[in-house]
Amino acid sequence: MKTDTWTLGGHEFTSRFILGSGKYNLELIRAAVEEAGAQIITLAVRRANSETASILDYIPKGVTLLPNTSGARNAEEAVRIARLARELGCGDFVKIEVINDSKYLLPDNYETVRATELLAREGFVVMPYMYPDLNAARALRDAGAACVMPLAAPIGSNKGLCTREFIQILVDEIDLPVIVDAGIGRPSQACEAMEMGVAAVMSNTAVATAGDIRKMAGAFKKAIEAGREAYLAGPGRVLEKGGDASSPLTGFLRD
Amino acid sequence: MEEQKENQFLTEDEIEKYLRMERTDPMEYMEGMEQIPSGVMDEVISRMEAYDYHACTEDDVRRALLKDNLSPEDFGALLSPAAEPFLEQMARRAKEETAKHFGSSVYLFTPLYISNYCENFCIYCGFNCHNRIRRAKLTMDGVEKELKAIAATGLEEILILTGESRGMSDVAYIGEACKLAKKYFKMVGIEVYPMNSDEYAYLHKCGVDYVTVFQETYNLKKYETLHISGHKRVFPYRVNAQERALMGGMRGVAFAALLGLDDFRKDAFATGLHAWLLQRKYPRAEISFSCPRLRPIINNDKINPQDVHETQLLQVMCAYRIFMPYAGLTISTRERAGFRDHVIGLAATKISAGVSTGIGSHAEGEAQGDDQFEIADGRNVEEVCRAVRKQGLEPVMNDYVYV
Repeated sequence: MKTDTWTLGGHEFTSRFILGSGKYNLELIRAAVEEAGAQIITLAVRRANSETASILDYIPKGVTLLPNTSGARNAEEAVRIARLARELGCGDFVKIEVINDSKYLLPDNYETVRATELLAREGFVVMPYMYPDLNAARALRDAGAACVMPLAAPIGSNKGLCTREFIQILVDEIDLPVIVDAGIGRPSQACEAMEMGVAAVMSNTAVATAGDIRKMAGAFKKAIEAGREAYLAGPGRVLEKGGDASSPLTGFLRD
Repeated sequence: MEEQKENQFLTEDEIEKYLRMERTDPMEYMEGMEQIPSGVMDEVISRMEAYDYHACTEDDVRRALLKDNLSPEDFGALLSPAAEPFLEQMARRAKEETAKHFGSSVYLFTPLYISNYCENFCIYCGFNCHNRIRRAKLTMDGVEKELKAIAATGLEEILILTGESRGMSDVAYIGEACKLAKKYFKMVGIEVYPMNSDEYAYLHKCGVDYVTVFQETYNLKKYETLHISGHKRVFPYRVNAQERALMGGMRGVAFAALLGLDDFRKDAFATGLHAWLLQRKYPRAEISFSCPRLRPIINNDKINPQDVHETQLLQVMCAYRIFMPYAGLTISTRERAGFRDHVIGLAATKISAGVSTGIGSHAEGEAQGDDQFEIADGRNVEEVCRAVRKQGLEPVMNDYVYV
């Protein structure tokens, strides 16, 4: 059987679970990555920038680093942080986070499009964190994004797929990998997102703040795999209300 | 000489005399002070005055604890005496919110006092201009020595402090010190006298990202009896300092009332509301709180603070956390180690380490100028890191990138 893979910026991945590295006890990051089977791990450049306790030292080798631009309030700041990431040796992948709101940490789509355009031109593999808006997603695609990363719910909230319908629209309309980022609190929610046809799920808080980090990382891995398989299998349809006779009255027309 | 006069000792009789003297109107701006619209301040003061914590019921507290997004009224309920029996529930909710927003991270920093000259006469403060303490101001060489000594401990965030004297530590002096600080630290904050927005903009260019101003008390009547003379006496200029800092491009601002100076519930309510209103007006602003309460200092037996015990302090901290779960919260070195170790991860997100409030004491070991207050937790960086890890948390030196 052909392996189920997906590509991003010319790199091929089998794992569809992207793990965040914030909010951890550093010693537990490695275990989380291993249990999650994650091939991509995000890290805040503002954390990697530390000389004494760099988070980079705790990330297993061979995992693709995805530095994010958290701390940027506009496109220009995001560009500066992305360049800093490159200088720190984090590679060409960059997750754009432009946030102008300290309460909900909602991304600013307009500035994100601008940053995407600037960074794609500089050869970065740009992965923009966004509010799931179809027009913004098209603009990101046109600006050179490698994927789109719509939020499921406010970051850290663990509220699950609050933006379900709008993410579905992106899955249906945008020919780029759609990666659900932020707000996924439980493996069941990650599974549901995968069933919808998203390419991958990213999670941080749900794993980092779990009672047993290893176990939760493993639970997410299985849920994401299950959701992916269900999507590939093609789920049966769901009726809004009422039942459906298994021997319909018009069945004879097919006889 | 002006300088000598500052250092003279005041007797209690003399303080009495000052208190009886005619004083200036604390609402009157002094020359050179920038005036901005007072909408935020007016709302803080009027809602604080209307806040009647005795009217809050246990049902109000329960309702507040069930909400996702608390209103200022809910916050008021959590600060009320009716909430005291719910302290355990509040602590649980606070811990949950802290974990959601900050995970295991606890940020470390240390304050650096570069000058203790002060032009204000605040009757509760160890630095006040009439206290007979050793005054000192570090030269840039001295500042750099201190910065190097602190950076060698592994810290990456620093808070630069001065006494409030524009004459002895002007904006240019603070700016030079901050430029040096930026060389050795990833994150530079200041806690100095309030200034105009263009001056904040200048200091931001020098590398400063965070401005802390303690309002002490939001009760104007009390405020004017504690701040007898000096620019600090001008109440609205101080209240509006954070807003001017944000107008000047600073990334974040920190708020605090000195709990126990006046009615701490009202002051905590005003502090939270002040931060909340500014965050609504400037959504990009990063917000944080400090929770100082009165501790023994030189010549302060003229005031008789309302007691803020650890129970009340924890209640205030949990209320801040639940009301504004995304805000930073710094735990003061004035608190004992046992208290500090337990509130990190619960409500506090930042803790100082290796603190010395004397002037020039990091590099030389012996201070040239006296301390502002006594600290209760003298542990060094390594010891604090160990204590943080012991709580199952992660000490973080830097989570910041200056752009």
